[in-house]
Amino acid sequence: MIERFKYSLRQNRGFYGALLGLIVLYLLYNSLHPRGFSTAVLIQNANEAVVLAFVAVAQTIPVLIGGLDLSVGAVMTLASCIASVLVTGSPAEMTLGIILSVLAGTMFGLLNGLVVVYGRIQPIIATLATGAIAIGLALFVRPQPGGDIDGDLNWAITNAVFDFAETYGFADDGNAAWLQPIAWIPVPLIILTAVMLLVWVPYRRSVTGRTAYAIGSAEGAAYMSGLPIARAKIMAFTLAGFFAGCAGLYLAIQTSSGNADVVQAGEYTLKSIAAVVIGGTSLLGGVGTAVGSIFGAFIIRIIEFFFRINIGSFSIDPLLQTLFQGVVLLVAVSLGSLRLTRIKNRLDVFR
Amino acid sequence: MNFYKSLDSDTKPIIIALGFVIMILIVGTIYTLSTQGTAPLLRPSYVLQQLQVGSFLGIVAAGMMMVILLGHIDLSVPWTLTAAAMMATTVGGPMAIPTGIAVGLAVGLFNGLGVAYLRVPSMIFTLGVDQVMRGLMVAHTGGYAPDTDATPLMRFLAAEKIAGVPVAIFVWIAVSLVIALILQRTGFGRSVYATGNREAAAYLSGIRTKRVIIGSFMLSGACAGIAGVLLAGYSSQAYQGMGNPYLLPAIAAVVLGGTRILGGRGRYLGTVVGVILIVLLNSVLSIMQMPEAGRQIIYGSVIIGMLLVYGRNQAVTS
Repeated sequence: MIERFKYSLRQNRGFYGALLGLIVLYLLYNSLHPRGFSTAVLIQNANEAVVLAFVAVAQTIPVLIGGLDLSVGAVMTLASCIASVLVTGSPAEMTLGIILSVLAGTMFGLLNGLVVVYGRIQPIIATLATGAIAIGLALFVRPQPGGDIDGDLNWAITNAVFDFAETYGFADDGNAAWLQPIAWIPVPLIILTAVMLLVWVPYRRSVTGRTAYAIGSAEGAAYMSGLPIARAKIMAFTLAGFFAGCAGLYLAIQTSSGNADVVQAGEYTLKSIAAVVIGGTSLLGGVGTAVGSIFGAFIIRIIEFFFRINIGSFSIDPLLQTLFQGVVLLVAVSLGSLRLTRIKNRLDVFR
Repeated sequence: MNFYKSLDSDTKPIIIALGFVIMILIVGTIYTLSTQGTAPLLRPSYVLQQLQVGSFLGIVAAGMMMVILLGHIDLSVPWTLTAAAMMATTVGGPMAIPTGIAVGLAVGLFNGLGVAYLRVPSMIFTLGVDQVMRGLMVAHTGGYAPDTDATPLMRFLAAEKIAGVPVAIFVWIAVSLVIALILQRTGFGRSVYATGNREAAAYLSGIRTKRVIIGSFMLSGACAGIAGVLLAGYSSQAYQGMGNPYLLPAIAAVVLGGTRILGGRGRYLGTVVGVILIVLLNSVLSIMQMPEAGRQIIYGSVIIGMLLVYGRNQAVTS
């Protein structure tokens, strides 16, 4: 048991490092915050972190196959614009709108996959171009920012389980005894966990998922072993589109609107890469997990939260926020170069 | 057809890109002739004006090509450019332009050290450096556009004309000559190609690959610095986010010009053609008064379409 844990620790240094960093940072944040360790703070933080977490998961899968998806932010924007138009009206209409917006993201991911596999274009440059197309479509759907997403849905999704039950009137409006142990949990975290359990875990264990890791490690070897290369690559980009679609849907519901914002899309894409790396996934492919990327996304957000704390002597000049984030990112990724100290053959440096 | 086959694989993309340039010119001219009865795309003054704006992109792309040839990428360009512009206008006087270029060189050196010695993937390291530069500039200016102005020399280089030709184009040509000479006529240039093809092999053949990486990143930084100084001269001051619209088009221009994104292949002439192609495409779309939505879709589709014609990889079969 301990041996297995030690092995896992050696294999996933980045992942456990991110987990440790997340726990330390979040405890520190809450102890500095005047209302630390309260549900209100947790809900607010979860709401601000979950979109980036979804985008980071989306980015992870193409990175695992040794590619990169520069369109995740744009696909997220597209999905959020579609959601801001469709998620309104009767419950049935809203459900359909939710399905359609995630489906739009998924379809766009599939398009990316087809271009990469059958067009044989490098993922980074192909998604750079399709990202522009996604932004164009988003602008087409929503030329002006706006939208009228159902207020109840917004309230229910962006608060604790208690508020969710109260809004939709089940479990005695959230007062039932059996609900109390979980009533404080923010709904966004539940959504994130549910999507990961329903999509990522089965994917990770499927042949397609394992093939993605194999492609990232050694594509030639994966091909020679008869693994379904084309299918795995298409699936990787399709899933990236799916998770980016989830991010967009949540963003739209959270802000009750859609906005085809090019700058925001670019920022999410770049932060997703940072989150993936901080979460212990190798940009060379083959190593890492989507759960690590979620931790990476949370870490990025928590660092941002620190700049809002303002008690007595402890406060940071908001003007220094960007600089501080950049330095933290640089230090975090430079920690990865510790591997150089373990290299025995000088040629292994070039891997 | 025999002529086409006889071309080597580095020249073919350039010819095709040139074909696309001519096609865009023809389509744009037909459009303007049929709607307005004029042909601005064939008027030298209009084309020169477009190229003046394009020369900033051209200089950024020249530097970007140096790192893409290594199989790396420089995402720190936007804020390196902005930082160079802001520092140049802050210092002012005769030292303005050297200061801007020095900022670029310093950022490039830092990027190169991180990529060559720490072996952090350039994609993420330069992203972090970009954020650090942005942070430094926000701290320096308080988040507003600095109220310092460009020097007369900067304005002359960016906005004036000599014999009807914008000076900025001459600067672009000068930068192009330097980069092309470095790539084709110097040992450093050959080492860049060798390192981009296979770094381990280049290292074993005695090339000091770390220095090559650092040198390329410094060239990229210097080019971003020059572009920043020029752009500040063009708009007569520096402002927040002035470099953001140059990153992705620069990468696209380099790749459309036939440089392999994984490094090791590509000719500088292709990058020039790629820049011209993107500048022309943008100006035709703005002549057509295409709304932003259609513009982005066409922009993306054209890049995909062109790469489908000549940018395809070999399928992995072993």
